[in-house]
Amino acid sequence: MSAMANPFPEAPPSWSLPYRGKVAMAGLIVAESAIFTIFVVAYLFYLGKSVSGPTPREVLETPIFYTLCLLSSSLTIHLATKSLARDRVGAFVGLWLLTIALGGLFLYGTGQEWHRLIYEHGLTISTNLFGTTYYSLVGLHGFHVTAGLVMLLVVAILALAGRVRMQESCRVEVLAMYWHFVDAVWVVVFTVVYVLGR
Amino acid sequence: MSSNAITVSGVQIDEKPWVDILHEWVTTVDHKRLGVLYIGYALLFLVVGGIEAIVIRIQLMFPHNDFVSPQVFNRLFTMHGTTMIFFVAMPILFGFANYLVPLMIGARDMAFPRLNAFSFWLSALGGLLLYFSLVGANGLYGAGNAPDVGWWAYAPLTARAFSPGHSSDYWTLSLLASGFGSIGTAINIIATILCMRCPGMKLSRMPLLAWLNLVMSGMVLITITPLSAAQIMLLVDRYLGGHFFDAQAGGSAVLWMHFFWIFGHPEVYVLIIPCFAFMSEIIPVFSRKPIFGYPVMVAATVCIGFVSMSVWAHHMFTVGMSSYANSFFTITTMAVGVPTGIKIFNWLGTMWGGKIQFKTPMLFSIGFLFQFLIAGLTGIMLACAPFDWQLGSSYFVVAHFHYVIVGGILFALFAAFYYWYPKVTGRMLSETLGKWHFWLFLVGFHLTFDLMHIPGLLGMPRRIYTYEPGRGWDTLNLLISVGAFIQTIAILVFVANMVISYFKGAKAGNDPWDAWTLEWSTSSPPPAYDFASIPVVASRRPLWDLKHPEDPDSRYE
Repeated sequence: MSAMANPFPEAPPSWSLPYRGKVAMAGLIVAESAIFTIFVVAYLFYLGKSVSGPTPREVLETPIFYTLCLLSSSLTIHLATKSLARDRVGAFVGLWLLTIALGGLFLYGTGQEWHRLIYEHGLTISTNLFGTTYYSLVGLHGFHVTAGLVMLLVVAILALAGRVRMQESCRVEVLAMYWHFVDAVWVVVFTVVYVLGR
Repeated sequence: MSSNAITVSGVQIDEKPWVDILHEWVTTVDHKRLGVLYIGYALLFLVVGGIEAIVIRIQLMFPHNDFVSPQVFNRLFTMHGTTMIFFVAMPILFGFANYLVPLMIGARDMAFPRLNAFSFWLSALGGLLLYFSLVGANGLYGAGNAPDVGWWAYAPLTARAFSPGHSSDYWTLSLLASGFGSIGTAINIIATILCMRCPGMKLSRMPLLAWLNLVMSGMVLITITPLSAAQIMLLVDRYLGGHFFDAQAGGSAVLWMHFFWIFGHPEVYVLIIPCFAFMSEIIPVFSRKPIFGYPVMVAATVCIGFVSMSVWAHHMFTVGMSSYANSFFTITTMAVGVPTGIKIFNWLGTMWGGKIQFKTPMLFSIGFLFQFLIAGLTGIMLACAPFDWQLGSSYFVVAHFHYVIVGGILFALFAAFYYWYPKVTGRMLSETLGKWHFWLFLVGFHLTFDLMHIPGLLGMPRRIYTYEPGRGWDTLNLLISVGAFIQTIAILVFVANMVISYFKGAKAGNDPWDAWTLEWSTSSPPPAYDFASIPVVASRRPLWDLKHPEDPDSRYE
């Protein structure tokens, strides 16, 4: 094999392109936003169209505490990635586990609310339109929280095994983007279901 | 050219056993092989969907024909539509994007090769699920062996009461699976184009094919997902007793239509924009001129991307919407014609004063320009709400959208096949057979789809399985079916050409068309690593610069 002369012109002195992980996650977020938009539209369109009870006003209670849990987990994951970028692995692991705990608490809150709705008010997904749209929208969000928690746990296990170091911080930031998105969706779902929807 | 494959002399490569070759193809993450898999998979379904179309046409050839039963006819047009859109057009265009985008932007693979393989196999699973319904959907009810709800699956046809058994479930699951596959590929294309370009390839120097596929992928992210969301709702209705589309519990059948067409109309642009991309590469090369109005082409594409998101309800004029909604969707639909017209003028401007070579790819491209224009004009007619009230759900509509999909998309795809086949296989397709293919297909196409407008104007409704004699539709329907047979013969010529040329075709060399984009700088077929050394570009036509160092494009751009 002979040394080949590059037939093309000189490379420009500086050539940097965005990190593919972040671009891909941004793409996924756009796609997920469209899915959530359709479910939110269905929820709003069917508000007050149920032919039988129970209605949102009768049974829903605003989950302020659990909402605060989820929203503050955005702050902890942000601080966690910042710590990792500054090579403070101990702080990263602590904040990361705190994020998982807060997310888990939120999921527990959703479970408790569903338990109350099903066993005290007899509201299931097939009871009426409110049940159908409520469980689908909140359930879709809960599914995304669960998927996020699984991914966070994988990173936590790797971190406890000492495999997550400063070099990995840009990858961890991709996961943090997803988590911020899940939080942002909750702001919309909360507004639609618990504020506008009652 | 020195960016050829690296060859090591004195090394004998043994023939591999076929099991190893199969294993390599199944486990591949190479963008070129996945591209070929996508295209091969789509061609397989093209044959299946084509056979369904032929059976439909045999049934409609004569009045009171009973070649198939009404039930089978419903299944046929459902499967034909679903197959052609989701398992032919989408995968074939993704296949071309997969194959060409990395080569054209000077990258060695897509941004996420394993996601790429995953997306392909998801789409493949979707197609298998759809056709598995033929054996799997019988269920305890013995009802339905293939989906029969139409490719739009309007509520309440899909409700448990009206669609017992599992045929609708297979339809839903297959579209969900292939939808997730499409989203994966779209994300991959976006990440590849934004993050993997070779040094010097600024966005303003990207080949138009890459630009248009970027816009297409962006559209996929926001158009396929509403369909996935609606399919999830349908599954909730069918399996968990939900009421989304259950009118008796306050649900709305019209909401399904909105959700479906929020996907359904932009989908047409998702399919046609990559075809615009083929045109924007092929027409300049065979006119021996650079593309006319590059920045305007990009702007018009982005504009189409945005406007086409707000036109969906022109599929629903006959449902009875408010006059405000009718006016809004009429205006937006007509507005899409403006950027599309800009594109047609730009292609004509590229040809104007060029030294046009009438090779087969160029013939198909010219056919595309002419037919896509007519398809657009009948589209403008149908965009007028009052006109649509008269002709919606008639054969005029069927003629219109087949003019777009066959006359536009399929012709552009044939052009792309003839243009890039030498790169993929290293052999030229036969020009003689190519001309036979072109002229036969052109005659068959016009016989079928020009005439199909007329029974529509005479009041022949869509989706009927037979009709009364003496309404003035008889001869027309016979001729339409004859046209379909001529198209079938043309397709057989095409298949024969692909097979014969693969073994006997003239050797293509790196750059048989004297073209200007990077894929022609590497060997045909390209080596697994695409480029021996990553290229560096200084203009939109890097190979022109290379061939004409005395007068490079980079001096003027």
